[in-house]
Amino acid sequence: MSDLVHTRVYVPIDSSALSVGAEGVAQAILAEADRRGAPIHLVRNGSRGLFWLEPLVEVETPVGRIAYGPLRPRDVPELFDAGFLQGQPHRLGQGLTTQIPYLAGQERLTFARMGLTDPLSLDDYRAHGGFLGLERALDMTDAEVIQEVKDSGLRGRGGAAFPTGIKWETVRNAPAPQKYVVCNADEGDSGTFSDRMLMEGDPYCLIEGMAIAALATGATQGYIYSRSEYPHAFRTLGTAIERAREAGYLGSSLLDSGRTFDLEIRMGAGAYICGEETSMLESLEGKPGLVRFKPPLPAISGLFGMPTVINNAMSLASVPIILSKGAAFYRDYGVGRSQGTLPFQLAGNIRNGGLVEKAFGLTLAALLYDYGGGSASGRPIRAVQVGGPLGAYVPESQFEVPLDYEAYSRMGAMIGHGGIVAFDDTVDMARMARYAMEFCAIESCGKCTPCRIGSRRGMEVIDRIVADRDRAGNLALLQSLCDTMLNGSLCALGGMAPYPVLSALRHFPEDFGVQSQDLPAPKGEVA
Amino acid sequence: MLDLSPNRTLPDRPDPEPIDLEALRQIVEGFREMPGGMLPLLHAIQGHLGWVPAQAVPLIADEINVSRAEVQGVLDFYHDFRRSPPGRHLVQICRAESCQARGSAAIEARAREVLGIGYRQTTPDGALTLLPVYCLGNCACSPAVRVDDEILGRMDPEGFAELVRTLREEAPAP
Repeated sequence: MSDLVHTRVYVPIDSSALSVGAEGVAQAILAEADRRGAPIHLVRNGSRGLFWLEPLVEVETPVGRIAYGPLRPRDVPELFDAGFLQGQPHRLGQGLTTQIPYLAGQERLTFARMGLTDPLSLDDYRAHGGFLGLERALDMTDAEVIQEVKDSGLRGRGGAAFPTGIKWETVRNAPAPQKYVVCNADEGDSGTFSDRMLMEGDPYCLIEGMAIAALATGATQGYIYSRSEYPHAFRTLGTAIERAREAGYLGSSLLDSGRTFDLEIRMGAGAYICGEETSMLESLEGKPGLVRFKPPLPAISGLFGMPTVINNAMSLASVPIILSKGAAFYRDYGVGRSQGTLPFQLAGNIRNGGLVEKAFGLTLAALLYDYGGGSASGRPIRAVQVGGPLGAYVPESQFEVPLDYEAYSRMGAMIGHGGIVAFDDTVDMARMARYAMEFCAIESCGKCTPCRIGSRRGMEVIDRIVADRDRAGNLALLQSLCDTMLNGSLCALGGMAPYPVLSALRHFPEDFGVQSQDLPAPKGEVA
Repeated sequence: MLDLSPNRTLPDRPDPEPIDLEALRQIVEGFREMPGGMLPLLHAIQGHLGWVPAQAVPLIADEINVSRAEVQGVLDFYHDFRRSPPGRHLVQICRAESCQARGSAAIEARAREVLGIGYRQTTPDGALTLLPVYCLGNCACSPAVRVDDEILGRMDPEGFAELVRTLREEAPAP
């Protein structure tokens, strides 16, 4: 058999693909190939991010990779009969993967390699442009690297959208015996999974981005703070770090340059608040994740009191391509001051859920209908929460607003980490508003009274509004309570939990039993 | 009455089963040099026992030279750390928005019905502990649940009932 060409078959090892049966499909394919004496080489790749088609199996053919999905193990014998190893048609065939409209319409920069490679193969990574950014950075001065990142227009992808290059420069200019790079991979927002996909599907990209950040700022130690809810990502990244170290991409002399950078992955323990950067630092120091006052900024006094770059995983993973292809290449995507691309994540009640990396400036309508294919239930989409549990609920009347940081900010919403959760017309928005307060109460670190107590009182006030107990008085009270939380909380948890609440009330007052003319006047924070 | 004596070394409440303190000491030993290693340490103990016993608190404090209050503070802050032994399997139901949009409330209702327990409780047969979770990052395949380290998507109430039936029929490990 060794003289036969082994057909390459790809079955994703991404945890979402596994959650819908990819492992069973992989085993069935191996067993069936064995039974038929068909020589195959099974590759466990990352997911393409077309999750409604998962488990999505691909076969390498002379014309390219042909996709089949969603597959169940029992479909496998029939696939072999149809000649799927030669890329023959089948009722579950999707044609050439790259020509599936969902994927063909995307601008995959940060996720350029996603789903193409075996995530842990260094050879695959290098064969697809990996480490070119790091190699280029090693030939540049730290100031040049920072200038390149500044010129790219990259802003923090975690939600705050602070210019990454400026943050790096602050750390670089802070004199200290020890500096750190911390990757915020504590992706707690519901509806988001891009960090998870990256850690599971292209972990070396994150490692490379962190190494470049370390070179630019003079940091020698890095930490990736991930979540206990992501056991697969933790394992994959742990192995990737070991292999990168063995290959000289981490350790005491990066690619024999004499520059030191090493990396460790840490697991959170089920606290949403640890996604807030100062809470994360406390947690990394081995303490309860209580939010710190700022200033001092972490860039000046961060982990263990030392200057620390804290970037979101998506920001760091965007750095290698900026360095390898240049700032101008990246900056040319996007609109206004929102440059580059964002990996949007389509979730909730949506037919075609998945990852859509696009330049800023497209609309929610395009994402929901052109990509998402409308609701999964077939009913009208009524509300969409953009930007995680602290993001506003957007009604249909605002679906045409372009997705860029400034336009969203103007309408009292935020893009955040790019999570998009759709709800159909069966949703009870008063319940969702109450849930936002409940979530804040569960996850509050307890440091600020408006967040810790306000969120509990918020649940009660919403209950009273819905039950029509002194509705006018309680509406005014809710508005006042939200103002206190917005203005009196140290961090975004208490400071933004009112966004989903007030947007739900403003756009869907009927769910609270309220006439829109009875709403208290907004104070300007939330449109 | 609250015992404020500085010499109090007994844990707040007795641990429900005997603990091999020497094994714990060896685990703690491995984290002594790790900067800020409290979370990895507690994860390691929980990985070993399935929970973190009260007796571990003074032991950790002694070994890594911090106060017992500091250890207890970390233990109490994070939702993940369990202070009593869980069932043989941990079953988490995602309660976050994306799963709500796809009917997680019906799974929660079915869970209460078939298990007769609420969140953070263990079935009387010791088979499983039910926990809420706020996002498993499986939002494009909502609703999601997790059993130990396995994540399951596109769940529905009947699938959940079947899943827990299988888990409960499994023979306990000797």
